[in-house]
Amino acid sequence: MIDKNNLFANNLVQRHRTAKIFAYCCAIVTWAGAALLIALIYQICADGIKWLDAQFLTSFPSRFYYKAGIKSALVGTVYLISLVALIAIPVGVAAAIYLEEFFPPGRINKLVELNIANLAGVPSIVYGIIGLAIFVRGAELGRSLISGALTMSLLILPVIIVASREAIKTVPLSTRQAAFALGATRWQTALAHVLPAAFPGILTGIILALSRAIGETAPLIMIGALTYVAFLPEGPMDTFTALPIQIYNWVSRPQQEFHELAAGAIIVLLAVLLLMNASAIFIRYKAEQKP
Amino acid sequence: MNTSETNFTDMPNCSNKGFPPQVNPSAPMPNITHCDTQAVGNEKTDGDAQTTGKPEATEQQPLLQLKQVSIFYDNNAAVRKTSFPIPKHKITAIIGPSGCGKSTLLRAINRMNDFIPNVRLTGKILYNNQDLYSKNVDPVAVRRRIGMVFQKPNPFPKSIYKNIAWGPGINGYQGSMPELVEQSLKQAALWNEVKNRLHDSALSLSGGQQQRLCIARTLAMQPDILLMDEPCSALDPISTAHIEDLLFKLKSNYTIVIVTHSMQQAARISDYTAFMETGHLIEYGDTDQVFTLPKQKRTEEYVTGRFG
Repeated sequence: MIDKNNLFANNLVQRHRTAKIFAYCCAIVTWAGAALLIALIYQICADGIKWLDAQFLTSFPSRFYYKAGIKSALVGTVYLISLVALIAIPVGVAAAIYLEEFFPPGRINKLVELNIANLAGVPSIVYGIIGLAIFVRGAELGRSLISGALTMSLLILPVIIVASREAIKTVPLSTRQAAFALGATRWQTALAHVLPAAFPGILTGIILALSRAIGETAPLIMIGALTYVAFLPEGPMDTFTALPIQIYNWVSRPQQEFHELAAGAIIVLLAVLLLMNASAIFIRYKAEQKP
Repeated sequence: MNTSETNFTDMPNCSNKGFPPQVNPSAPMPNITHCDTQAVGNEKTDGDAQTTGKPEATEQQPLLQLKQVSIFYDNNAAVRKTSFPIPKHKITAIIGPSGCGKSTLLRAINRMNDFIPNVRLTGKILYNNQDLYSKNVDPVAVRRRIGMVFQKPNPFPKSIYKNIAWGPGINGYQGSMPELVEQSLKQAALWNEVKNRLHDSALSLSGGQQQRLCIARTLAMQPDILLMDEPCSALDPISTAHIEDLLFKLKSNYTIVIVTHSMQQAARISDYTAFMETGHLIEYGDTDQVFTLPKQKRTEEYVTGRFG
């Protein structure tokens, strides 16, 4: 049966067909996801775009829909995210550097890595409970901006650490060896060569983490961010509200107009998110240009 | 106790545990113990003056001596009880088939194996009579004096200038940096090719130029010893010839240890040759003798190309 002179079965047609089927499947899945997203954004814009004006951005919330705005929520979100970035980025990147460059690899390191990866998957409400127990009650920080920021930082730290570690791992060993062979310490090597080379990857992780933080609602509800705030927070110890809370509050009201206001707030939230990511991508682009 | 021009005794401001103070006022020395880099860097100029002052001392004993060195990965010995000297201002080649432990041995000399977990070394590597693996020796200071060029060119992804200036910078170099960069590039025979684009990325250079940049980077540290781990294996014959010419010139100022796969290369450039197989040193001697009149049968078989 088998031709001893030709032991390779000529099934090229079948192999090409399989490849084509697989490519079609991937295309369908990809475009289905994109279509769903576009439909969602279209729906929100159709509902909310008519409420977007200066008055909407500069008014405090109100029980009259025609007077209601998102001033305190928008400012609260900007403050919150800035504080989270200030806390979570240095801590997360430092932890990643320590675990990759200083902590000896081995079983304990693997265990730590596994635990951090697991923490990244813990539901956000759990972080809210931790924040309530530790920051609001334990440290007696109250229902303040700083409590919210610390809780959010806990939530996104695992994401930043995991992403930063992955980025640091991609820096070739030969670069480190070159630095060590010149009489550099581990810290000098990490600062001068590992961090700059890993920077684009770290930044990507930070973008993902902050994007998650900006949209999280559950932990903020848990630690008691207020739903009606008619003033701007003046310091980190002030009470605050944030866009997701305002959206949550508006969609839970019966009136159609408040649902549309919520859609408007969602558009603003998306815009803030896009702005944040765009600036991060710009920074990354600039960093990659540098010789 | 310390007759040579260099030692690694503790600085006066360092803790001095279990090591007799050996500071000889007439012979200030470079220092490889746990002190800050600044102090180590400052000592360098004194050490150089000492070197030129007493050349006869170096004739008598090798700069580096391997004594019964065994290196283990976990419990597998990669190098077994190897002893041979590395004389000053000569090129010593280590040859042998793949996996014979020659690169491991080379990396042990400037303690690069410290970064590999579970590597253990027994025996002694004496550098001017000081054991490089003694407890109070700072590996960072060792690497600052014993430079290394790797198998694949590994320039930093920065400008040509920064590639060279970084090492001296972090080690507290106080002279003129542009001059040092120029001098190092000239020593590495790269200056004429890059003098007009010092601030271009080092990655824009060809492979052979990159390797010469790596050599220049190492020379900028003014090391005592230059370790080279198959520096030409990733290069074409013309670049290889460039680097061999370069090594010949560097010999008058530097002690060079080169690991190479190419027996022709070892025969061409080295003064002494060590032949290793499966972790054992089979033969060590004058390069001419090892290649023309080998004492061991295995050496003869290897150098005549019967295996390996």
